Amino acid sequence: MDGTRALTPKRCLMIAGLLAVGGVAPVLLPAYQLQLTELLLFMVFALCWDLVGGQMGYNSFGNVLFVGLGMYAAAIVQVGLFYDVGLYNDARGGGTDFVFNESQFLTGLALGIPAAALVSGLAAWLLGSLVLTMRGHYFAICTLGLGIAAGQIAAGIPWIGAGSGMLTPNPPESLEHVSLLLYYLALGLAVLCTLTFAWLLSTRFGLTLNAIRDDEDKAEAMGIKTHAAKVTAWVVAAGFLGAAGALYGNMVRFIDPIQTAFAGATIGVWMILMALLGGKGTLAGPIVGAIVFQLTKELFWTYLLGWQRVALGLLIILVAVFFPSGLVGFVRDRKRAEGKP
Amino acid sequence: MTPFLKEQAMTLLLEAVGVTKAFGGVVANDEVSLAVPEGSIVGLIGPNGSGKTTLFNAITGAIPIDAGAIRFKGDDVSRLLAGDIARAGIIRTYQQPRIYGGLTTRDNVIVSTAMRTASFASLFGRARSHAEDKVEQLLDFVDLTGKAEMLAGELSFGQQKLLELAMALANEPDLLLLDEPTAGINPTLINDLIDRLKVANNALGITLLIIEHNMPVIMDLAEHIYCLAHGRLLAEGPPDAIQNDARVFDAYLGAA
Repeated sequence: MDGTRALTPKRCLMIAGLLAVGGVAPVLLPAYQLQLTELLLFMVFALCWDLVGGQMGYNSFGNVLFVGLGMYAAAIVQVGLFYDVGLYNDARGGGTDFVFNESQFLTGLALGIPAAALVSGLAAWLLGSLVLTMRGHYFAICTLGLGIAAGQIAAGIPWIGAGSGMLTPNPPESLEHVSLLLYYLALGLAVLCTLTFAWLLSTRFGLTLNAIRDDEDKAEAMGIKTHAAKVTAWVVAAGFLGAAGALYGNMVRFIDPIQTAFAGATIGVWMILMALLGGKGTLAGPIVGAIVFQLTKELFWTYLLGWQRVALGLLIILVAVFFPSGLVGFVRDRKRAEGKP
Repeated sequence: MTPFLKEQAMTLLLEAVGVTKAFGGVVANDEVSLAVPEGSIVGLIGPNGSGKTTLFNAITGAIPIDAGAIRFKGDDVSRLLAGDIARAGIIRTYQQPRIYGGLTTRDNVIVSTAMRTASFASLFGRARSHAEDKVEQLLDFVDLTGKAEMLAGELSFGQQKLLELAMALANEPDLLLLDEPTAGINPTLINDLIDRLKVANNALGITLLIIEHNMPVIMDLAEHIYCLAHGRLLAEGPPDAIQNDARVFDAYLGAA
């Protein structure tokens, strides 16, 4: 944690500026709406990873589990409110039998997102009681397994489309600005997530997470309720991941159990990269990391197609070698060295 | 009951009875019994490897004991987990100071202040405004006000030991176990530290059990001293008696 987190006028101005940019960006850059929405969701992914991985020191490789659960939970609610989920998936969501009118689509979205947060949060609470008693490498490997297992399990359940995946409801043609709506929902979620975490990190609860990161045995010997703190942080992160997953699913429209929902090799790893890129254990780090990551990812995919993963790998190596504490961490360390924390 | 207690006629805060702990073939604690009356300062001495820190680990629940009992305020705590023992009122410091290195010095104290009795819900208040006066007082008490915004991990060894003491005091323990509090502390500060420990005992009413190798310090502080050697209780008594005990002398100098 870095010094004071008071809302100075300068910071307020900066936040207002960022919000203004976020508000007009999709209008000014309509061609990049999808990428911008994805960027906002990436911010949430990275922030959530960092709350547990950076602030609390529990490196999870399985956070994608909660993203995937959120995707499915939202889609099931969106469909299930009006149709039989099994039949819908048997028909691959197609035909004229499964049409959603405006109010059905919007109601589904309005209920699906909180449901996704709830399901993921609940799963985190149930799993956390077991998984969070493990530490270090054991925790990391266990969470990695959870993510992979979830994908395989989802691919084996016909009710949700099994291996051929599930489509989110098709928005009615009368709704013109669905992608814009998703963008603003993602913006709202990213802002809510940032504010919630900023508040959490300004409390003694935030300090207990850092204490657990620095020396968990000491924290326990000081009477800190470490297990309750760990489970709480994990549940909060999972809740936001679930909601972000709900939006992500609706953005890509098609939920493949392994390639999209429980995509450990892409989203699952990316969210860690973003946090590391920006700076683990800082609030601004994951946000900055997500922006840098999304920019470079899109540039590499556009101009270096075929070599995009090589370029991304190179970038990661460069950051790891020259900015081991991430971009924000690098700036913070410089400031600290200059003697103004 | 030891003669010491009969003299004092005080209530017992901590009582270890026949505590035994072996690591493989090495018996680190062999039927060790000691008693710490409420409000007292008790010393624990012995050569390196005599089992002092093992006894601290056993009392605080860091390691399970093989046999014996540890009673705190009359309740058996020898089967409790470290967190529960801390919340019951026993807090310790370590030989190698353990602080939260990534937090500032001040935040280390803030996250320790009355933490053992804090409800989980109360943690969601603003950290900076939590018990401000007390936090500043404690930082001042250990002379770290000037370093309050530094990362605790960047403090010197001695400063970290002082910070750990401040954190322990902030946690308002009933019994504080100090593992070599003066080791690594600047000699000019040791007398200050002794005074501060006496203040903690007198004014704050904290009972102290202190491991110490610095004989003048422990003779000055403690009213009763236990001496361990090879995992066994070798001698006990008031400082004068211990100082003149030939067995203690031999244990330290390695005589047969």
